[in-house]
Amino acid sequence: MSKILMRRLRAGAALTLLPAASLAADLEVTHWWTSGGEAAAVQELARIFEEQTDHTWVDGAIAGSGSTARPIMVSRIIGGDPMGATQFNHGRQAQELVEAGLMQDLTEVAEANGWADFINPSSLLEACTLDGRIYCAPINIHSPQWMWTSHAAFEAAGVEPATNWEELKAAAPALREAGILPLAQGMQGWQTSLLLNAMISGIGGADFYLAAYEARDEETLTSDTMRQIWEELAIARELSQGGNLSDWNMATNRLIEGTAAAQVMGDWAQGEFAVAGQSAGTDYGCNIGLGGEPYIATGGDAIYFPVNNNDAVTEAQMALAQVIVSPEAQVAFNAAKGSLPIRGDIDLAEVNECTQQGLETLAAGNTIPSVDMLLSSDTRGQIEDLTAEFFGSSLSAEDAHNRYVQIVMSEM
Amino acid sequence: MARSGPPLRLFQNWQAKLAATPMILTALVVFIGCSLWTVVYSFTNSRLLPRLDFVGLSQYERLWSTPRWQVSIENLAIYGICALVLTLAIGFLLAVLLDQKIRFEDGFRTIILFPYALSFIVTGVVWQWILNPDFGLQHIVRSMGFSGFTFDPLNDPNLVILALLAAGIWQGAGLTTVIMLAGLRGIDEDVWKAARVDGIATWKTYIFIILPMMKPVFATCIVLISAGIIKLYDLVVALTRGGPGIASEVPAKYVYDYMFGNQNLGQGFAASTMMLAAVLAIIIPFALFRLGRKRHV
Repeated sequence: MSKILMRRLRAGAALTLLPAASLAADLEVTHWWTSGGEAAAVQELARIFEEQTDHTWVDGAIAGSGSTARPIMVSRIIGGDPMGATQFNHGRQAQELVEAGLMQDLTEVAEANGWADFINPSSLLEACTLDGRIYCAPINIHSPQWMWTSHAAFEAAGVEPATNWEELKAAAPALREAGILPLAQGMQGWQTSLLLNAMISGIGGADFYLAAYEARDEETLTSDTMRQIWEELAIARELSQGGNLSDWNMATNRLIEGTAAAQVMGDWAQGEFAVAGQSAGTDYGCNIGLGGEPYIATGGDAIYFPVNNNDAVTEAQMALAQVIVSPEAQVAFNAAKGSLPIRGDIDLAEVNECTQQGLETLAAGNTIPSVDMLLSSDTRGQIEDLTAEFFGSSLSAEDAHNRYVQIVMSEM
Repeated sequence: MARSGPPLRLFQNWQAKLAATPMILTALVVFIGCSLWTVVYSFTNSRLLPRLDFVGLSQYERLWSTPRWQVSIENLAIYGICALVLTLAIGFLLAVLLDQKIRFEDGFRTIILFPYALSFIVTGVVWQWILNPDFGLQHIVRSMGFSGFTFDPLNDPNLVILALLAAGIWQGAGLTTVIMLAGLRGIDEDVWKAARVDGIATWKTYIFIILPMMKPVFATCIVLISAGIIKLYDLVVALTRGGPGIASEVPAKYVYDYMFGNQNLGQGFAASTMMLAAVLAIIIPFALFRLGRKRHV
């Protein structure tokens, strides 16, 4: 046997004798952060994780959106091939996995680091909690209640950029005259239901939103305000006619080109404007709650850690949980991604006008739980199907409203 | 001491039986076992994880009152009938044309069969470009001077099924053509000679003599095409994602979306049980018919 081999063997033997506390592990992290800004954010997180611990980040990016990635993640966890850590949205997506005992309990890490003291809004931590135990580490906040406007498009039509829904409706004829699409709306269900939900909080307000989705109060769901919202959705259908758009970033691109005037989309749209070199306030405008009631839903992403039988991996999982909520990772990750940090005690230097608006809304406490937190995937999926059908057909607002009430009322 | 009497029937030809065991087990456990499991759980209210909490027929009641399921069934029926008839017709026509002892037959055969080598995903993406109003067919016709020409099936809920049909037939007709051609080549030359002697026109010979002789070939084609129709999923995902709105949804996509996307296994199982029932409703009478005929012979 050669000397080199002997030395290697001895080194290997020595490694196994080291105490378990410093075992380095490969931690596979699955997520669907694959667009330009998102990938940059993941790299930041991986860099900090590898700098601060001995463990190695194994990137498990899954292309496509969350609806493509989640089934893959869930079937891997259920099928007994768990990854080290995985992204889910805040809320109920992973609830059954937690209930089935498939996720690591992070309560000790959370208590040792005082998560409850600085995670803001506290609903983020509540969404991770089941029966008093904590099962996920929130990483960022995304809010879908934004109306983006293209200043170039409004300029071409000779009208002031709309700062709310009513102004957009008023400007629509002039925009059409100039050959500009008033509303760029992707025809996929999650986008059409995003518009509906943004209208519910933006036109109805926070109490109305909670009464509809948390209490699922029949009077609220059948109220005139809700009927009005469906009428507005029918108007939105007219305003988006002729767009023939499906992916959200194609719709955002129409705003960047100046061929469409407005889009209701989450704050991740800012990433597209940034990549195109446009700046907030001069090239594009942003209006929380469609310029109506300024509430943002504090949805976003959280990292879950599936249970496994490898001590080294478990240790790496706990280390990653700590890194995720650390101020350093929060600043680096969220600055790259354009999302808001989950800590109330840090501020992002030199953020643009729109992110500033978001932070102010957050600081003022004008937050509502996201639909993910309030409704099951099943109900959410049915609302998506309904709004998709509504936008793709001439279904009347009244019929759609009635079916909507039924869907929400049948939530278990 | 020698054994008396014949060996047990069970052990006759035991090597062959042993060799078939894995496949028999697969069929029993995977196909029949899992199908039964799915049917049983379709009567429960399983959400993300399967659990035995029976709720009777309520998943089915909900299924059949869901507009998206109704649209899916309708789409599958339209697509199924049109795809079956058109694929058979086009396949037979192309096979007859190829059968005319033409030059470069090999080349044509390759060209016609080529789309079949592409997956439905690639097919979907290709047709997405062909039908894109700004780059594809509509753009080409308009740039030839017909500026009023409008053909945008991908964004028209009433026409989107045409886009699915075009892509599906483009992909599938080649295989049918080749199978039919093989069938035509299998016809005895003497049949043709006899027909010619009797002075029967060529087209009449094809329709009244050759066609009835090709029954087994047609049966093969119908089975292959039908299987493709029932499992129609990837083409829809690649071409339209069920849109615009829900205009091009199909049952298999409903099953997938409910089982995984919407985390409602019970609803997905109910939908897949309905698909199984539809397949059985076609296969059982067919099998009984075949079985009955064999006995009479």
